[in-house]
Amino acid sequence: MNDFFSTTILIATVASGIRLATPFLLASLGEALGQRSGVLNLGVDGVMLMGAFVAYFVVLKTGNPLIGAAAGILLGMVFGLVYAFITVNLHAEQGVSGIGIYLFGLGMSDLLFQKLVGTPLPIMPFPEIHIPLLADIPIIGPMLFTHSLIVYVAFLLVPAFTLLLNSTTYGMNIRAVGENPAAVDSLGVSVTKVRYSAIIIGNGLAGLAGAALAIELGIFQHNLTNSMGFIAIALVYFGAWRPFGVMAGSLIFGMVAAIVLQGKTLGIIPRSASDLAAMAPAVITIFALVLVANRFKQPAALSKPYERGR
Amino acid sequence: MNPVRTLKKALIAAATVALCLSSGNLFAAGKVLKVAIIAPSASNDLAFTQSIVEGINAIKAERELDVAITDGTFVVEDAAAAIRDYAAKGYDLVIAHGSQYGGSLKEIAKDFPKTAFAWGTSADTFGMPNVSSYEAHSEEGGYVMGMMAAALSKSGSIGVVGPIEVGDAKLYVDGFVAGAKAQKADIKTNVNYIGSFSDVALAAEAARAHLAVGSDVLTGTAQMVVGAVGVAKTKKAAWFGTQANQTVLAPEIVVACQVYKWEVILKQILADMDQGVLGGKKYAISLANNGLVIEFNDKYELPADVKTIGMDAITAIKEGKITVLK
Repeated sequence: MNDFFSTTILIATVASGIRLATPFLLASLGEALGQRSGVLNLGVDGVMLMGAFVAYFVVLKTGNPLIGAAAGILLGMVFGLVYAFITVNLHAEQGVSGIGIYLFGLGMSDLLFQKLVGTPLPIMPFPEIHIPLLADIPIIGPMLFTHSLIVYVAFLLVPAFTLLLNSTTYGMNIRAVGENPAAVDSLGVSVTKVRYSAIIIGNGLAGLAGAALAIELGIFQHNLTNSMGFIAIALVYFGAWRPFGVMAGSLIFGMVAAIVLQGKTLGIIPRSASDLAAMAPAVITIFALVLVANRFKQPAALSKPYERGR
Repeated sequence: MNPVRTLKKALIAAATVALCLSSGNLFAAGKVLKVAIIAPSASNDLAFTQSIVEGINAIKAERELDVAITDGTFVVEDAAAAIRDYAAKGYDLVIAHGSQYGGSLKEIAKDFPKTAFAWGTSADTFGMPNVSSYEAHSEEGGYVMGMMAAALSKSGSIGVVGPIEVGDAKLYVDGFVAGAKAQKADIKTNVNYIGSFSDVALAAEAARAHLAVGSDVLTGTAQMVVGAVGVAKTKKAAWFGTQANQTVLAPEIVVACQVYKWEVILKQILADMDQGVLGGKKYAISLANNGLVIEFNDKYELPADVKTIGMDAITAIKEGKITVLK
């Protein structure tokens, strides 16, 4: 047990939790933005898978993780465009449409992988960036400031999205459209444009989440995300549609997973309890979700297609 | 109509039928057998599924077969639907390649008594005449790898990334730990079952956790270890693989891999089918029958004495001088 509280293990565990939280955070932030505009997207996992494959493939061909990440974002935005057309223009039922996107992404990413790559080949992962001065702070430095670029980007997006939603006209429009699209429409703001942009940005982040996963791991495999996208949706509810709340949820999920992993590695968690312990992140997140979610109301127009005059 | 000629023809026909039946040859010579494989992950996963695909391809090089493969069926219900579908379509042999498929197979096999089913890894045929089981004595290769890993480790600590503590994964891990202890009694072997066959990200973090506690040699089993290999590569920790040859993932750190040669038992299953035996038998691959082969990575500079330890262990196991996991 004492081993667990050694500095080295603590640093490794916290750093591991942050890495594990990153894909969830990116996907959840994107989903939160879409939901704040009133659009539910259950297809996050499918978009993540497509983003992961495209990023993997681009890095495999170019050797450049940054171009791969950009390709993942772009792919996600294309999916966002399609999803926006389906839900905003065609007024399709959002739950079913999202599941359709998920299944498409699951199947298509694997098909493309089999046809274009075949045997999984490793790619160059993001290099670790040690932030000058900050990385040298004892304990905190190695925990927080020795990650890859994508980790820093994900966590910097949290205050950026908070500012965007709370301190800009565009953010106010997103929130208003998610609450009362008819009222916003009557003021001359295009509900269609606002929702389109929120969905496209959100899906772009889902694509980046998938790209981050593939590039960090340096590999692609069938169903690489292992349903992370669905957990990301749950984390949006946990975080009450607020960027910092979403970040807290992602970190709890990642940290619990990291603690369990380290506990098992050190033998603190016995092998007989291994499978039970593996469920801990999900169980604790659901428990926290039940405690937190009821305190906040979801956007009033969430998952309701808007048609002027109806 | 000449009654003598008709009688002759009838006798020849009867003799032919009797000959076939007496030899139990239900799958007459010349018939191309239809074989279906249902497997959990991708056909090129560099692990469990790839091993059976390579096995059937090896058989296809020797005899004509009509092979269909449904991979990526991590969801058991999907696999069950595929198993039933192939049986209904008249496939002669349906292979359910995953210990998680046993429950479904038991139900489905009852409905198709003329279809041969095989499943693994398991030693349970459910007492059914058309169900065979197969397993891999992966503990044997695990033991060999464990011995070499212990000899190679400078830190005295080895990390193991496992999926769920079942089937050949458990056997491999147990064999590996036993081998490591046999080589160095005081070696530290940290075993981490992550609780998933498919979570690549978690497997990668498990490898990082091992490295954080000082392990300099890692191993792992099942499809999700590709993530762990990537981490080992980044940190230049040595890697021992199993199920398929994983050298392509990281030629600079992969020391050796235990490769499953399922063709050894597939050949036996098909030969038994040729004799009219549809099931009820248990098959196994091992070092002794060359169903398990240790493939060394030539690009890895393995010290000669460590390789000798491995080679000696292989010989001893084959000759029955070492019994792994008594």
